[in-house]
Amino acid sequence: MTLQRTPLFDFHVAHGGRMVDFAGWEMPVQYRSILDEHKAVRRAAGLFDVSHMGEVDVRGADASAFLQRIVTNDLSKMTPGRIVYSPMCYPGGGVVDDLLIYKRGDADYFLCINAGNIGKDLDWIAEQSVSLRKPCGSRYDVTIANRSAECALLAIQGPRALEIAQSLTPGFALGSIKYYHFAENVDVAGVRCIASRTGYTGEDGFEFYHDPSAAPKLVEALLAAGAPSGLELAGLGARDSLRLEAGFPLYGHEITADISPLTAGLDWTVKLKKEGGFVGCESLAAELAAREHGDTSLRKVIFFKTGDRRIVRAGAAVLDASGAKIGDVLSGTLSPVLNEAIGSALVPRRLADAALFTDIRGAKIALQPVKPPFVQPKK
Amino acid sequence: MSNIPQDLKYAQSHEWLRLGADGIATIGITDYAQGSLGDITYVQLPKAGASLKAGESFGVVESVKAASDLYAPVAGTVVEVNAALDASPELVNQSPFAGGWMLKLKVADAADTASLLAADAYAKHTA
Repeated sequence: MTLQRTPLFDFHVAHGGRMVDFAGWEMPVQYRSILDEHKAVRRAAGLFDVSHMGEVDVRGADASAFLQRIVTNDLSKMTPGRIVYSPMCYPGGGVVDDLLIYKRGDADYFLCINAGNIGKDLDWIAEQSVSLRKPCGSRYDVTIANRSAECALLAIQGPRALEIAQSLTPGFALGSIKYYHFAENVDVAGVRCIASRTGYTGEDGFEFYHDPSAAPKLVEALLAAGAPSGLELAGLGARDSLRLEAGFPLYGHEITADISPLTAGLDWTVKLKKEGGFVGCESLAAELAAREHGDTSLRKVIFFKTGDRRIVRAGAAVLDASGAKIGDVLSGTLSPVLNEAIGSALVPRRLADAALFTDIRGAKIALQPVKPPFVQPKK
Repeated sequence: MSNIPQDLKYAQSHEWLRLGADGIATIGITDYAQGSLGDITYVQLPKAGASLKAGESFGVVESVKAASDLYAPVAGTVVEVNAALDASPELVNQSPFAGGWMLKLKVADAADTASLLAADAYAKHTA
């Protein structure tokens, strides 16, 4: 299989990016040091190419009602310019993908989806648009268009992200965009962007959607404007450790086709009472009822730290006090801020508060439960 | 382009060795190895007194990306390990041939070092 490249491939190589295969894309895992890039984001700012992410337009008279049916969160209170995070589930409650839903208007939305799920998501959404019916029995009037190839995406994240981006945006007050809101046709360094106050690091910042042909110009301008303030280029390695420190789930780890949003602790994204129901509603309602009844077969995603620098890696076994395997580590890294190993694990819900351990090369390491985020962002 | 000092001997598994006149060899991993591993977060080393066979795993170096075994380039007895790496494993990244050294080994037979690679051969190995 040929790996796909973003419009910034040459830029990454020129800046020393170590290119790796990520979900079929040739992406920089790091430029200089994952730990240094991570710390730069927490201290000042980091600049990430996330053009591999997918963008999908959902338009039509029934766009609102259709999206409301296929995601678990409630979109009914969205006004134009708002963004909502939501899982999209299978009927059994497992997760197809987690996504950002951008509302331009009642008949005009776009979705930002995970790079590795673009094909699967498009197929799933198209299938739902055919199989689901409105209460009156007719089909949803909706058109779905993959815009991924027409969208480059740069994320600037960190306590100094706003001031750096603002220095290139004289015609628009970026600070007027609230968290999980966006503005269209914002001119950043002469590049027309959708400016989205979102990110995957736990820090303040923006994600700028723009035409791929303008990506080299925008990235150079942001890098030049930010370097004096301590902005650094950051790769996917830092993106992963930042999101884990922030306690954000990553599809394929904390949420999967086999791990529901309720199991993952994303209860706030599951609106069982929203009008009209949604795909997965019955299964998720049953899971919640089982939880209330103390069903011992349920599982739970927990987050942990260890007080030790040895990294507990995804796939490692979670052990009980007797050494018996009771679960699996889903994600693990060294927290560059806490200077200890952190991670997430899937364990039986009834044992979530029990003493949990893992084995690293014969050493028994205690997993200490933590309610994320591990690190509070600077306000 | 990684740094390959002329005066050292090298193992195919990316350890370097400097043999002193006293028969004690200092051992670490190369600049190429630390660069490939990326940020080193933990170094697990044996205790002084441990006896190692040539090619035997003597420890583990962990980076954010992976954990990798370390191999003894020659047989010998560990006389000292670099305790500074406990608190500062990043020394291996910053200074692989000096502050980032790992072991001092009383070499069983100095002639064994003849089988290791010279700098130019190691350069070809990593090219």
